[in-house]
Amino acid sequence: MAKGEKVKEHPAIWFQASACSGCVVAALNGVAPTIRDLIVDQLAPGHHVSLRFQPTIMAGSGKLALEVLAATEESKDGYLLIVDGALPTGANGLYGRAAGRIAESTMYRRALELAEKATAIVAMGTCAAYGGMHAARPNPTGCISVSEALAKAGIVRPVVNVAGCPPHPDWFTGVVGQALLFGWPTADQVDAAGRPKRFFGRLLHDLCPRRGEFEAHKFAKAIGEPGCLYELGCKGPWTHADCPEREFNSGTNWCVKAGSPCHGCVEPFFPDVASPIYRKISLPELPKLARDGAAGPLRAIMRPQPVEEK
Amino acid sequence: MAETRTISIDPVNRIEGHLKVEVVVDGGEVKEARCSGQLFRGFELMLLGRDPRDAALLVQRVCGVCPIAHATASALSLDDAFGLEGIPENGRLMRNLIFGSNFIQSHVLHFYHLAALDYVDVTAAADYRGADNRLASLKAFLQGGEAAPYLPRYEGDYRLSKAANRQAASHYVEALEARRIAHEMCAIFGGKMPHQVGIVVGGCTETPTADKIAAFLSKLEWLRRFVDNVYLPDVLGVAEAYPDYFAIGAGPKRWFSYGGLDLETKTRDPLKRKRFFPSGIVAADLKLGPMEAEQIVEYVKHSWYDNATSGRKPSEADTAPAPEKPSGYSWIKAPRYAGEPYEVGPLARTLVAYAAGEKTVKREVNALLRKFKAQPEALFSVLGRHAARALEARRLVEAMAGWALELKPGEPVCDWREAPESGAGMGVTEAPRGGVGHWCEIANHKLSRYQLVVPTTWNASPKDDDGKPGPIEQALIGTKVKDAENPFELVRIVRSFDPCLACSVHMLTPKGREIAVCRAT
Repeated sequence: MAKGEKVKEHPAIWFQASACSGCVVAALNGVAPTIRDLIVDQLAPGHHVSLRFQPTIMAGSGKLALEVLAATEESKDGYLLIVDGALPTGANGLYGRAAGRIAESTMYRRALELAEKATAIVAMGTCAAYGGMHAARPNPTGCISVSEALAKAGIVRPVVNVAGCPPHPDWFTGVVGQALLFGWPTADQVDAAGRPKRFFGRLLHDLCPRRGEFEAHKFAKAIGEPGCLYELGCKGPWTHADCPEREFNSGTNWCVKAGSPCHGCVEPFFPDVASPIYRKISLPELPKLARDGAAGPLRAIMRPQPVEEK
Repeated sequence: MAETRTISIDPVNRIEGHLKVEVVVDGGEVKEARCSGQLFRGFELMLLGRDPRDAALLVQRVCGVCPIAHATASALSLDDAFGLEGIPENGRLMRNLIFGSNFIQSHVLHFYHLAALDYVDVTAAADYRGADNRLASLKAFLQGGEAAPYLPRYEGDYRLSKAANRQAASHYVEALEARRIAHEMCAIFGGKMPHQVGIVVGGCTETPTADKIAAFLSKLEWLRRFVDNVYLPDVLGVAEAYPDYFAIGAGPKRWFSYGGLDLETKTRDPLKRKRFFPSGIVAADLKLGPMEAEQIVEYVKHSWYDNATSGRKPSEADTAPAPEKPSGYSWIKAPRYAGEPYEVGPLARTLVAYAAGEKTVKREVNALLRKFKAQPEALFSVLGRHAARALEARRLVEAMAGWALELKPGEPVCDWREAPESGAGMGVTEAPRGGVGHWCEIANHKLSRYQLVVPTTWNASPKDDDGKPGPIEQALIGTKVKDAENPFELVRIVRSFDPCLACSVHMLTPKGREIAVCRAT
């Protein structure tokens, strides 16, 4: 877009719930687009994301930050809500306290208030998407996913799950970029777990460069040995993501390439069904484990597709 | 200004996690301070009953800024519990290279993206006319009228010249690239970042090859130039413009370091290992004492946990949340060493190394003190912490170049084993923001106990049972606040500690519940 033409501003709020900040740091690692494109420049020509509230990088604190949040919330323009982290419901939400509009509130309550008025919601990372690590057995703080919280509260807003612990930055900017250029993903563009098929539509196992070794039964028996990592617990046969093609950190590496079995961090079954991480899951076990590990409705609709064992 | 008033900053942004700070100001001076962790997660309980080897991978989710610190502490505790007498050299070296790279990443992120906006006026780019594309970007951005997330902010005390502000703003953008490159270095041997996958009990998963070593060294050289030509000069530039911050924010004047980045792994006790960061305790007299893990006790009178669990060692911790306890004001516990609050982090490591007589550290610190015509006490301050961080980044860059060349392609990377029937282990090391300790116990081949005591639990702790405030609270008390509407002093002090709240609030081991969750899977 030529200089001087009107740039469309897209207000966004990044709300952090029960999280580790890994999703924020992952977003900083983008290469094309970069975080600079996302914050300062244009994510897509003519489109600028105005990140009004992002606790990790925003200049203002306390009252100043909350005023911006309130103004964005009240604005008629709407906003994109990005949530990282799961929502703690235990102890009436007190495990996650948050500054409220008037009095002190909880993350759970604030997330729902923000969601209700949002134009659309990105559930950033496996915790926001499915509960993830923060809802891991025995889920001490009663963490639930964004979709589950919305369903409970009867709030209907468009949500896309950008899964991953943390997600590849491309998955995040890809979803935001698509929303700006072509509109929110349609129902046929997301899978049963609410993820964009563009990134999560294929089985990692089918894309894996060690697939040949799997077919040839060349299995590593210990960490550090060459060969397919299936016997060391690789969850690639049940994991839907394009990690092998995309690779992490500017295309530097990814788990299996680094000799570490895939632990299925993009799946609703992470981490409970994914562990033991370094032990082969026998195929009949998986649907049962997926059921036992269910912490939200999305876990229930999860349909793992086991491959035939040779 | 003789009135008494409370200043509440909630949330304190540009840190990791959820922190609230409240101070009572009387006559312009902070009389009381409260540091409050706002989130509780219960990580330790989530690990119980799992295959012990999973801990090093899963426990990283405590913190996405320093996951490697947790992977390393966890792997060290597992090495110990598995009874390993040392790990393969390639494994040791790759652990250090992954960890060292993240130190640089974390320090750069902290100075530029978390702390700098308290000192640097980015709006100086608004009328820029020059060839720096980063400033041109910022100018267009500011002229667009949507200045979030850089405005609003506290207004007033920005002291750099226009040219210096512009240069620092440009470096803010360049530093985004620097920290990304540091993460690429982590990924070379760790698979990905955040939440790398390379560090496991017994060593590492990746196999070093000449091309990976060359790629690592190339990126390291880029970072070395950044640290020498950009990061260090910028920290010194801020120090020159804000010299009064050498006298603000001292804290308890007691520091410890567990030591970190193993130079050998044959010695079983990590506190006695030869390490890049030495271990020890030190006070304002800069005399070195030994660090003894058994001196650590945790108090909860002012935390939202049952008082009956106060005063225990981490290995005996028994924590029951009490979210509405009236005397509580934080989810963070109050760990004390020999009954006293201790500061941890880059300043602690630097002072311990200085007191231990490490030549490079002494030379660098003395040069810094000469430059500012200052005594060692000047280090016990906001600027002392920033300077310690930057000097440490430079030492790490130098050391990593040597470590990368010690890797031996084709040699073993890991001593991979099944979990023992039973065992116990301690893993203590240094995270970018201070000492981190993991304690594990194994029974029936599964984790039966897991405990963490992490850096920000020390630094951002509330008062203990004796009413002694935590280190950040102490650093705030006595501070003169010039403008209560724009309390720069408070946020500059808090951020100088590089708090990581996600790390600090994770404890949970409710009595009698272990059996219920230890079911075999």
